[in-house]
Amino acid sequence: MPYHSIVLVKQVPDTAHVTGKVMNEDGTINRAALPAIMNPEDMNALEMALQVKDQHGGTVTAVTMGPPRAAEVLREALYRGADQVILLSDKKFAGSDTLATSYALKCAVERIGGYDLVFCGRQAIDGDTAQVGPQVAEKLGIPQITYAEAILALEGGSITVRRALPLGREVVRCTLPCLLTVVGSANQPRPPSAQRMLACKLAASPLEYARLLETWPEFGTEEALDRYLAERGLRIPVWSAADIGADEGMLGLSGSPTKVLKVDYVVFESRTSKEISPTEEGLSLLLRDLIEEYIL
Amino acid sequence: MTEKRDVWIFIEQDAGRIAGVSLELLGKGRELAERLGGRVGALLFGHQVAPLAETAIHYGADVVYLADHAEMAFYRTLPYSRVAVELAREHRPAIFLLGATAVGRDLAPRIASALRAGLTADCTALQIGDFEQRGTLYRDLLYQIRPAFGGNVIATIVNPRMHPQMATVREGVMPLGKPDPTRRGEVVQVEARFEPQDLALEVLERQSWPPLCDLKGADIIVAGGAGVGSKENFALIHELARVLGGEVAASRAAVDAGYAGPERQVGQTGVTVRPRLYIACGISGAVQHRAGMDQSGTIVAINTDPNAPIFGIAHYKIVGDLKEVIPRLIHAYTCKLANLQTCKLANLQTCKLANLQPPGAKT
Repeated sequence: MPYHSIVLVKQVPDTAHVTGKVMNEDGTINRAALPAIMNPEDMNALEMALQVKDQHGGTVTAVTMGPPRAAEVLREALYRGADQVILLSDKKFAGSDTLATSYALKCAVERIGGYDLVFCGRQAIDGDTAQVGPQVAEKLGIPQITYAEAILALEGGSITVRRALPLGREVVRCTLPCLLTVVGSANQPRPPSAQRMLACKLAASPLEYARLLETWPEFGTEEALDRYLAERGLRIPVWSAADIGADEGMLGLSGSPTKVLKVDYVVFESRTSKEISPTEEGLSLLLRDLIEEYIL
Repeated sequence: MTEKRDVWIFIEQDAGRIAGVSLELLGKGRELAERLGGRVGALLFGHQVAPLAETAIHYGADVVYLADHAEMAFYRTLPYSRVAVELAREHRPAIFLLGATAVGRDLAPRIASALRAGLTADCTALQIGDFEQRGTLYRDLLYQIRPAFGGNVIATIVNPRMHPQMATVREGVMPLGKPDPTRRGEVVQVEARFEPQDLALEVLERQSWPPLCDLKGADIIVAGGAGVGSKENFALIHELARVLGGEVAASRAAVDAGYAGPERQVGQTGVTVRPRLYIACGISGAVQHRAGMDQSGTIVAINTDPNAPIFGIAHYKIVGDLKEVIPRLIHAYTCKLANLQTCKLANLQTCKLANLQPPGAKT
């Protein structure tokens, strides 16, 4: 039987490739210089959803919440096989912590409706909190399976999943619908398909039209561009807070219990170190010190 | 009504053993509760786990909420969160802490979402302090301190209004307190009742394995970084650790490069360690690494770059190529041992090294 999946993805700065140049002179992060990527474990979540579709049929819908440029990760999802993508973008979402974010995502999932499975990455590399998945599950009132590594069985209204834990593994069976957070060891995400890239290259959200018109002035107006994309199924829908029926008090800064009080540079107690010559004699002296101090 | 000032700790247990991080948190909870003038509450869930209540009290709990139920024998999100949420709604603690373990990171967000409470993940320090926002002064809030942006900065998070103030805390960052067997506390039996939907998930199979290495418990750690250069060279780190009787660790860069397994990673995203001796080989000392080992008793750093940040916190600085320095160090150490073997017996008896293996012996 076919299963309908929703995959929640996030665009993140590529923190694994932070280099000296990415820090400003004053030590702040120069976000503009950081490449923005789809969070790696969200890619594994997307792959797991696509495999469910390959084996059982159904649909895969990818959702992200973010600024207009977050549409980039939705195009990545389309290139890999997502049937439908949705961008949640609204100034009212800005400043959301994990609780407010999970509320907005829950509203979007409910508006999409008709789902059997919700997939997320285990955690995002920019915050490493691993909170949004379980919080979305709680708000939807469905069970969660964190650290999902493999779907062992999917039959009728039940799923069997292997969880990869830091010091063990667990096999669990759960009723549908449920939410899975997927670990990086789950699979090797498929590369974008060349055919789908050609077909979906133009996919864009209305928030990107102004920029697109600079590249393709031949469309003339945003309306003309919109008509062109909509006819071909290439318009990425943008949902606002109102579109998903969200209570504004639960979004953004007002819906976020946690506040950043301050951000400090890490300061270490500096020590005057004793310089040891890298010779046999020097190292011998070091060892004598360590042995006399009962350190060795 | 008076603001509740209690500090709650979730006691993670498996097969009748309390997780180290829960015991560490009981000690921290004690300190916070004393500052706030509240009590330390411990949530102990499981099946036939009543004897653990006393342990929780010895480590600092004033009251243990004990939910003992066959459906709670093994951790599952829904039954555990159901009981925790109902208890928190009834008793309204000011602070609610969990270990940042696989269980804690699964359970805490579920509870926080249900309570609409703020939650900060992976804290490395907790303090009490005030916070002012738009003319309102909030007193005695929990400062939830955690690394951010790959460890380059430390963020202090507060939750002024939507309590409890929830946080998960990294293992090993809070010192483990000494149990006090004379401490007395109250044990409250909690009747756990479940709806069918709480039992939607069943565990079919469970396997757990012992930790592959014990970095937290090691007195001596020899750690290698990207500067080691290759997996083959990393054997030098293992060799030095073997000779000194220490444990092998690695920086994130070395783990990412595949020189060592993730279980050996020291730093903010790995393990926080405070051994007696830490030898950093070919580790430049990114903030995220230093934050995981700067509390070590004695730090020896070996690096080719005399300006490597690791030297800023090292007690002993060796500028040189570890591929040459480590073999020399091993040689010098085995010679020292050999000399000591020939010492007079009287000296040997007072000598800490007397019970060490002679050079070349395999351990």
